Amino acid sequence: MCTYQTEKVELVGSGKGASGWFGVSHATVYVDHPVHAQFAHTLNIDFINPSLGPSARVAVELTEEAALALVEAIQRSIASAPAGLASEHQSVGAH
Amino acid sequence: MKDAIQAGTVTITGHGGDEIEAYLSRPLGDTPRGGVVVIHHMPGYDIQTKEIVRRFAAEGYASICPNLYSREAPGASPDDAAAAARANGGVPDERLVGDVDGGAQYLNSLEGANGRIGVIGYCSGGRQSFLAACSLRLDAAVDCYGAFIVNTPPDGAPLKVTPLLGIADQLSCPLLGLFGADDSYPAPDETAALSAELDRVGKPHEFHTFDGAGHAFFAVNRPNYRPEAAVAGWERILEFYGKNLAS
Repeated sequence: MCTYQTEKVELVGSGKGASGWFGVSHATVYVDHPVHAQFAHTLNIDFINPSLGPSARVAVELTEEAALALVEAIQRSIASAPAGLASEHQSVGAH
Repeated sequence: MKDAIQAGTVTITGHGGDEIEAYLSRPLGDTPRGGVVVIHHMPGYDIQTKEIVRRFAAEGYASICPNLYSREAPGASPDDAAAAARANGGVPDERLVGDVDGGAQYLNSLEGANGRIGVIGYCSGGRQSFLAACSLRLDAAVDCYGAFIVNTPPDGAPLKVTPLLGIADQLSCPLLGLFGADDSYPAPDETAALSAELDRVGKPHEFHTFDGAGHAFFAVNRPNYRPEAAVAGWERILEFYGKNLAS
């Protein structure tokens, strides 16, 4: 099935797409048919910057298990670093 | 060679007079023939859809697939274009009809055209095939597992489409529906409701629901591919067009 459901979040950061690095402004997250992964459905994330056009996109298509493992890994990584180290409001001189 | 075909990208005039990209394939002979407008699935104007266009040419029809995402994503790869179109809620209905009409007119302008036009669409294109056939004067329409003709998309879905059951009485041509028994969008009860409404308004249609198949069973590059349903489906399509698009 196509769920057509999409979560959209604003992001601050960068991604590397087909034509090089660009500033990422949003991510869309949805369960739907993948383009490349050989499953009927996957959890898809598009890191995008619509102001730069449709090609400013880094796409991943993950199984449910992989996506949940990724969420946990992200949370563990952030928890293991000093609070605020990678924040949007981090101090410039921090090492 | 009697079976030679030609294929490549052309520019057609779509909805609102916009110049849009389209993929054309046609037999090289001058035998009178019908035309088929192919409506691509939500994942876009991809190489598998272009294979379908060439298949119709090999079967003796001039065939064209308008790139429905030409405006949002000119020159972008099909998957990037599809992601952008998806985030925007899909293709507006009015624009789809204009783009299919542009494709039909282009086919009818080609040498050998007999003036008869079929349309076929897959996934979201299945609904759009029905929409086009209720909005334009066509000769044959094929709906391959199109959802939301009867039902409304789930709450919160970005896809901005409305059901089409209310315009079923405007269907201008016979409709062939090809569905999977295991599909949820459309589920068999949705296609049964469409069939009942077409019976009620006296519109000719022929529906086949294949056991052991779900959504996208024609998609040769996906695990959803079901050879038995796809082969039988192609036979039904060619038989249907043979009957309705002949000179």
